[in-house]
Amino acid sequence: MNTPSLYRAFSLLLWRDLLLAYRRRTEMINPLLFFVLVTALFPLGIGANPELLRTIAPGIIWVAALLAAILSLDSVFRSDFDDGSLEQFLISAQPLSVLVLAKVIAHWLITGLPLLIVAPLLGLLLDLPGPSIVTLMLTLLLGTPVLSMIGAIGVALTVGLRRGGVILSLLVLPLYIPVLIFAANAVETSGAGLPITAHLSLLSALLVLSVSLTPLATAAALKISLG
Amino acid sequence: MSCLEARDLGCIRDDRSLFEGLSFRLGPGQVLLLEGRNGSGKTSLLRILCGMRQPDGGALEWNGEDIFDLGPDYHAHIAYVGHRDGVKHDLTARENLTVARGLGAPNTAVDIEDALDQVELWGFDDVPARNLSAGQQRRLALARLLVTRADLWILDEPFTSLDSHGIGIVESLFANHVAAGGMLAVTSHHCVSLNDNDIIRINLSP
Repeated sequence: MNTPSLYRAFSLLLWRDLLLAYRRRTEMINPLLFFVLVTALFPLGIGANPELLRTIAPGIIWVAALLAAILSLDSVFRSDFDDGSLEQFLISAQPLSVLVLAKVIAHWLITGLPLLIVAPLLGLLLDLPGPSIVTLMLTLLLGTPVLSMIGAIGVALTVGLRRGGVILSLLVLPLYIPVLIFAANAVETSGAGLPITAHLSLLSALLVLSVSLTPLATAAALKISLG
Repeated sequence: MSCLEARDLGCIRDDRSLFEGLSFRLGPGQVLLLEGRNGSGKTSLLRILCGMRQPDGGALEWNGEDIFDLGPDYHAHIAYVGHRDGVKHDLTARENLTVARGLGAPNTAVDIEDALDQVELWGFDDVPARNLSAGQQRRLALARLLVTRADLWILDEPFTSLDSHGIGIVESLFANHVAAGGMLAVTSHHCVSLNDNDIIRINLSP
């Protein structure tokens, strides 16, 4: 177990998951479609009142992103659990936490990054001013990886259960709340022309914390689920 | 010389004791053949040997060190093929083996084409695994044993869905592995045709 092979295993798994996602791309579009549809339906539901839309836009976009993230979570480990690949990761010659990190990063690239890319369009749709859209992208860039990282712990704990969906949401949602509060508040604050450094610092701290700690927790949870 | 030693292993599942006080010593060139009825704990024992499941009693040592302390350093010496193949249907045969090789300790002596050759899957390297038959998928899973440098092969019903020709191929792989000083832990309803002296038989059915 040396560093080159550790790096190789990491990049190999990242490549594998991206390739698998590419070959099953129709399934991967679901969370993105959900995100766009939910956000696009709000103006239709509450009427074309730019003032009102602008006020609630940060909340709507972030809540939709959060729900889209939950919707996509199950796919992190589900198919690997079903076909036995997860067992192979568990007995890999590389530390499980590193493999988990590769899988979660791949998952974020597949499901989180597309949200980030369409977010400016949705911002325009809800009449968000320019600076707020920039802040929205920044918060999504910092926040959605945290959602993937924390969610992976929940999925790892519930992957062995027949119907883990409800438990997963209950486990994960409370942990998502801080991200939601800071991120939506940052967009709102920047709309009012106030500084948002504190929000971004907090979100960055959450990101650093989750990148460094959640792979260990997820690896431990997988060992419990499969043991 | 590597060896796997179990002392007083026990396993409890759903408040039922599957086995207890199980001891054996598996050395180079030896085969551990697990027998017993369905539900007697063969798969549980294999999962314990892999280090995926903690035994409910006793100790399991690789060269005198506890396998759960060794972790990945122990896993570098084993290869496991379980009930579930661990074959990704959306990846080709070659891609499947590339990943398996990267996750274990790569065997530089055998490249992926060789491994596919040995399980008679030549020409299928660029075919998605979903288009292979059940027996071919099983052989692809078993080809994983060849692309890593594993001393100990742990196999759960390796002959499932193989025809008699496939069984012959796999048995010769086993014979080569054991002749080269490898170890084998296997559950099977088939009689493995190997030298009887090297086989440790454990019957888990009371």
